[in-house]
Amino acid sequence: MASENRKALLDPVIASNPIMVQVLGICSSLAVTSNLKTTIAMCIALTLVTAFSSYFISLIRNQIPSSIRIIVQMTIIASLVIVVDQFLRAYAYAISKQMSVFVGLIITNCIVMGRAEAYAMKNPPVASFLDGFGNGLGYSVILLILGVFRELFGSGKLLGIEIFKLVSDGGWYVPNGMLLLPPSAFFLIGLLIWAMRTWKPEQVERNEYPLATHTKAQPAH
Amino acid sequence: MSSNDTTGKTLLVATLLCVFCSIFVAYAAVALKPQQEANKQLDKNKSILAAAGLLDSGKKVKDVFDQRIEVRVVNLDTGEYLTEANASADWEKAIVQNPLAYEQRKAAKIPGQNEMLDGAIDIAVIKRQPKYATIYLAKNEQGQVETIILPVNGYGLWSTLYGFLALKTDTTTVVGMGFYEHAETPGLGGEVDNPKWKAVWPGKKVFDESGKVNIHLIKGVVDPAHPQAVHQIDGLAGATLTSRGVTNLVNYWLGSNGFGPYLAKVKAQGV
Repeated sequence: MASENRKALLDPVIASNPIMVQVLGICSSLAVTSNLKTTIAMCIALTLVTAFSSYFISLIRNQIPSSIRIIVQMTIIASLVIVVDQFLRAYAYAISKQMSVFVGLIITNCIVMGRAEAYAMKNPPVASFLDGFGNGLGYSVILLILGVFRELFGSGKLLGIEIFKLVSDGGWYVPNGMLLLPPSAFFLIGLLIWAMRTWKPEQVERNEYPLATHTKAQPAH
Repeated sequence: MSSNDTTGKTLLVATLLCVFCSIFVAYAAVALKPQQEANKQLDKNKSILAAAGLLDSGKKVKDVFDQRIEVRVVNLDTGEYLTEANASADWEKAIVQNPLAYEQRKAAKIPGQNEMLDGAIDIAVIKRQPKYATIYLAKNEQGQVETIILPVNGYGLWSTLYGFLALKTDTTTVVGMGFYEHAETPGLGGEVDNPKWKAVWPGKKVFDESGKVNIHLIKGVVDPAHPQAVHQIDGLAGATLTSRGVTNLVNYWLGSNGFGPYLAKVKAQGV
C-alpha cells in the first residue's frame, strides 16, 4: 500500500479522529450508544456510507459544477443512506426499529459531508474511499468505546448478555442509570478528548483569543 | 474547470445524477420489499403475542402463533363472526375461505368494504372504518380461549398508531397493550413502546359497572388510592397529544362504533 493511501486510511483513526479532534458526528454518537448492538450497526452503516459516498463523489469530482456541488454530494449520500436503511429493514428489522430516525440522520452527519467536501472533491477515488473508510473507523472506535462502557455499566450487559448480575435480579451490581441517558455520552466523550490530548498535546487547539480578566486586580478595602 | 459552471452543464449533471440515484434507490427498495414485508408480518405477530402475554423468548414466534392463536373476522356493526352463513358478497366469501389474507388496513381503502365516519364520532381520527375487523383469540394449552386480542388504531400527534389491546374473556380486564407501528416523537410520544409504560396496562378495567367505556390516560402517575385508579393509565411525560390520542383510540375501538357490539355479545354468550 502506498504511504499516501495508508495515511488516508489510518490517520483518521487516532491522529485526526473525526470525533476527538474535529468534534464532528457528536449527535448520533450520543443517541445510539446506549447499547452495543445498535452501536455496531451504526458503525457499520456510517463507515460504508462515508467510504462509498467519498468514492462516488470523487469519481465525478471533475464534472461537478461548483454551484451545485453541495446538493450533488447530498444526493449521493442520501441515496446511499436510503439503501442502507432498506437493507437494515430487510435483514435486521429489530435493530432498524431501535435506531429509528438515526439511520436516516446519517445523511446530515457532519463526518460524511465533511469528508466529501474536504477530501473527496480534491483526491482520486481510491484514496477518497480509504479516507472515508478510515474516518468511519475513527468514528467507530470512539462509538464502540462508548457503547461498551455505557451498556456494561449502565445495564450490566454486553450485547444483551449478562456480565454483572444486577441487584434487582439478586446480584451485586447497582447499574448507573445515567449512563443510559444521552448526556452521559457527552461526558464520556469529553473525558476521552481530555485523555487523548494529554497523551498527544499537539491535538490541543491554540486559543483563538486570550482570556481577558473581568476586573482589575485591586487591594481589598 | 470553468466549463463545468455553465447553465447547460449544471442542468445536465443535476439531471443525470437524479436519474442514476433514483434508479439505484428504486431498485434497492423494490428488491428488498418481500423480505421487509415478511419482517413486518413477523413483528406484527410478535406484538399480538406480546399483548396476550404469550411471548416466550425460548420459542419461535411462528410456532407459538400457529399453536395458540385463532384468527377470526368480526362484523363491526353486528358484532358477529363472519361465517359462510352470513357472507353474501364475493369478497366476504373470500375472507371466510382465507381469513389470514384479509387485511383490515387495506379494506379501509377499498370502496364497498368500509364506511365514511362522521367527524363527531370519529374521535380516533381514522376517517374510514372497515366493515370487518380481524381479531385474534389466544387459547391456553387445553384449547380454551383465554384472551381476546383486538386491533386498535388512531391518530396521535404525527402519525396513526397501530397496535393491539388484549382483554380477558370477561371483556373488561386488560391483559396487555402495545403498538407495532407509529411515528411519534422518539423519547416523548415514542415512549408508547417503553416496556415500563406497557406494564401499567395489565389488570386495568376498560368498562365500569354500568358497562360504559371508562379508561383514560391521565396527566402524571396514577395514584393507586384514587377510586378511579383501575380505569386510569399513567400519561406519557412530555407527550400530551400522543396520550390524548391513545385515550381516544382505545375509547373509540371499545365503544359502540368499534368492538362494542362484539364485546357485548361475548359477554352475553361467551366467545
